[in-house]
Amino acid sequence: MKVLAAMSGGVDSAVAAARAHEAGHDVTGIHLALSRNPKSYRSGARGCCTIEDSNDARRAADVIGIPFYVWDLSDRFHEDVVEDFVAEYAEGRTPNPCLRCNEKIKFAAVLDRARALGFDAVATGHYAQLETGPGGLIEMHRAVDHGKDQSYVLGVLTQEQLAHSLFPLGGSTKDMVRAEADRRGLAVAHKPDSHDICFISDGDTAGWLRDRLGAGSGEIVDTSGEVLGSHEGTFGFTIGQRRGLRIDKPAPDGKPRYVLDIEPVSGRVTVGARADLAVDHLTATKPRWCGSVPIGEIACTVQLRAHGDEHRAVAQVVGSEVEIALVDAASGIAPGQAAVIYSGTRVVGSATIAATRRLTAV
Amino acid sequence: MNQPSSTAAAYLDHAATTPIYPEVIVAMAQQLARLGNASSLHGSGRSARRVVEESRETIAACLNARPSEVVFTSGGTESDNLAVKGFYWSRHKGDPRRTRILSTAIEHHAVLDPLHWLGVEHEAEVELLPVDAEGRLDLEALGTAIERDPGSVALITVMWANNEVGTLQPMAEVAAVAAEHGIPVHTDAVQAMGQVPLDFAASGVDAMTVTGHKIGGPFGVGALMLRREAELEALLHGGGQERDVRSGTIDAPAIVGFACAAELAVKGQPERAPTLTALRDELVAGILDVVPDAIVNGAPTAERLPGNAHLSFPGCEGDSLLMLLDAQGIECSTGSACSAGVPQASHVLLAMGKGESLARGSLRFSLGHTSTRDDVRRVVEAIGPAVQRARAAAVTSAAGARS
Repeated sequence: MKVLAAMSGGVDSAVAAARAHEAGHDVTGIHLALSRNPKSYRSGARGCCTIEDSNDARRAADVIGIPFYVWDLSDRFHEDVVEDFVAEYAEGRTPNPCLRCNEKIKFAAVLDRARALGFDAVATGHYAQLETGPGGLIEMHRAVDHGKDQSYVLGVLTQEQLAHSLFPLGGSTKDMVRAEADRRGLAVAHKPDSHDICFISDGDTAGWLRDRLGAGSGEIVDTSGEVLGSHEGTFGFTIGQRRGLRIDKPAPDGKPRYVLDIEPVSGRVTVGARADLAVDHLTATKPRWCGSVPIGEIACTVQLRAHGDEHRAVAQVVGSEVEIALVDAASGIAPGQAAVIYSGTRVVGSATIAATRRLTAV
Repeated sequence: MNQPSSTAAAYLDHAATTPIYPEVIVAMAQQLARLGNASSLHGSGRSARRVVEESRETIAACLNARPSEVVFTSGGTESDNLAVKGFYWSRHKGDPRRTRILSTAIEHHAVLDPLHWLGVEHEAEVELLPVDAEGRLDLEALGTAIERDPGSVALITVMWANNEVGTLQPMAEVAAVAAEHGIPVHTDAVQAMGQVPLDFAASGVDAMTVTGHKIGGPFGVGALMLRREAELEALLHGGGQERDVRSGTIDAPAIVGFACAAELAVKGQPERAPTLTALRDELVAGILDVVPDAIVNGAPTAERLPGNAHLSFPGCEGDSLLMLLDAQGIECSTGSACSAGVPQASHVLLAMGKGESLARGSLRFSLGHTSTRDDVRRVVEAIGPAVQRARAAAVTSAAGARS
C-alpha cells in the first residue's frame, strides 16, 4: 500500500511511520504545518507546531529512510479548529480541539488530499486498534494501553475514514514504543509527551481567549441567586471547574464550590456544591457512527471527556439527536465535549453534548 | 538511505544548486591536502596565498574585472548583506540626508531582508519598485523615484536575473540613470553567472554578487565584485583580510574550487546557452502540449535565463506537483521555501500581478550543465498525470473547506 504517515515530530508518529515502513508499505512522511506563525523552539508540553518539531519529524523520516515533505494546512486549521474553538467558548461550551482536528484536518483534509494524490491510507501515531468485524466492517477498539488510549478523540471517524486509516501503535504500550524508538535510533525517543493545546503557545487558555473574545464581565452567583463575586469573561470557566473561582465568601457548609452553569449572554456563572453537578441524562447532537446507526435502546458505556471514566448508560437515537440515560450519575459534564459511545472496547459512535439533566434542579 | 540516488534523478533544479564539476572536486581535494594560511608570511603561507591570488585572477578574468575587485565571501547571502548594508552605512555616514534605498519587489530574500532590517533598525527608507507582468523592473518608476530627490538616495540594488522566473533586468539602463546622479548600484548576479555573459567593467555597476555553488562550484564561497574606488563599511571585523572589507581566514580550497568552476562555467557559456535555450523551449512546448492551460511566467526567450522555465498550473497546488514528480525522481522547485519547508505564495509572482492561487500552483524547472533531452522527456511524460492528480487533490481540499 502507498501510505502517508503524518509525523508531528513526536515519538509516537515516528514509530508509527517506522512500523508502516517495516510492514512493507511504500511510506511517505509528511509534517503538517498548522500554525501560521510557527515558533522556532518547542516550549512546555506542546508537541507539534514549532520549526523544531518539524525538524524532529524530518530527522525521524531520514532515519527510517522515507521521503518527507511539509504540508501547509495552517489556513484550514485556523478556519476549522481555531475559529471553532473560540466560537464554542463564546457560546459557553467547552470544545475539544484535538477531536475537531482529527475530524476536519487529519482524517479529512489530509486524507482526502492523500487519496487524490494516489495514497491508499494515512498512518498516525494514535493509540487505537482497528479490526475487521462481522460483514467486513472495520471496528475501532480501545488501545491495549488504556492510559494512552485515544479512541475518544478518534470517535468521530466514519467507516469510510477508518477504511483508509492505520494506527500501528494500538497494540503497544507507550513504554514499548519509547523503547522501540530508542532501538531504531530515533532521536525523539525521549521527547516529552504533549498535553497542552498546540496552538496556545504559553498554555494560558483563558488569557488566549481573552485576547480574542475581549475581556467580558459577569456575576458569579450561587444556586439561590446570591451574588458571590464577579469575573472577566465566561470563557475562563468550564462546567465542574473548582479552581480559580476567586470567591471570598466561603460556602455555608464550608465545602468547595464548583461551576454548575455558564450563561454566555448574561455572563452569569452559577456555582454550587459538588452534588449539584450530578447528571443522569444528556442529549447529544451531530452524531457520527463508526458503522451502522444503532436502532432502539442500546446498553453501552459512554466516555464524556478525554481520559475520563466510562459510565454505564442506555443510548437511543431520536431524530438527529442521541438521548443518553446514565445508569450511575456523572459529574462535571460540559456541553461542547464529545460523548463517545462504546460497546465493550469497541467505539460505536460519537456525538457532541448539547444539554444535560441534573439530579438536583439548579 | 533508500532515497532515490542523485544519478537516477532528472535534476531540474540548477537554480537551487548545481552539480559540482568533477574537475572542481579534484582541484579542491589537492588544495585541502596542502598546508598553509594564506596570510602567513612563510613558505607555506606564500604557497597558499599564491593559489588564492591565481584564483582571484581567474575569477576576475571570467567577469572582466580587476583582480583587486574580487572580494571573497562565504556566498551570495553574505555578499548581498555586505553590499546593501555596507553601502548604506558608508553613504549615510558621508551625508546623513542619504536615507533612501531603491530596489525591486522581486529581489531575493538575501537582499529584501537586509533592506527590511535597515528600514527597521537604521531608519532607511526602502522603496521596492514595481515590475511588469513579465517580472521586469519598471524603469520609469525608477526614474521618477530618483528624480524626486536624487541627493537622498544612498543606494540602488537590482538583481541581474530573477531567481524564480528568470527575467533579466535592464541593468545597463539602471546603471546609466544611477551614474547621472552618482548613486552606487549593487546587483545580485548569482543566477546570471555562467548562464549569460557578465562584464563587470562594462556593466557600470559598483558591486556584483556571485557565488560558487550556482556555477558548478562548492557551497560556502562566493564573492562581492567591488569597484576599486567603491567605499563601504565592513560587516565582519577581524584580521583585515579581503581589502579590510571582509575579515576572516581565507578559505583557499573553496576559493580554488570556485575559480575552477568559474572558468568552466564562463568559458562554456557561449556554447551551453543555445543548447540550454533549445532544451528549455522543448520542455515548455512539451508541457504545454500535455497541459494546454498551463501558463508560462516571465519574459520571452531573449530576455530570460536560458535554463529557466517557470509555469503555473491552474487548479493545482505546487507542492502536490512537486511531491508527485519527486516520487518519480524528477526534481524541481515550487519557487521559494521558508525555513520550515512550507511553500509560500511567491512574492515574485505576486509582484508580477498573479493571483495567490496561481502563485501557489507554480513550478520552476531550471536547467544547467548536466541537463539532457532525457530529463526533458521524463518531465513531459510525467507532468500530465501529475497535474490531473494534483487537480483532483485541490478539488477535494476545496470541497472539504466548504463543508
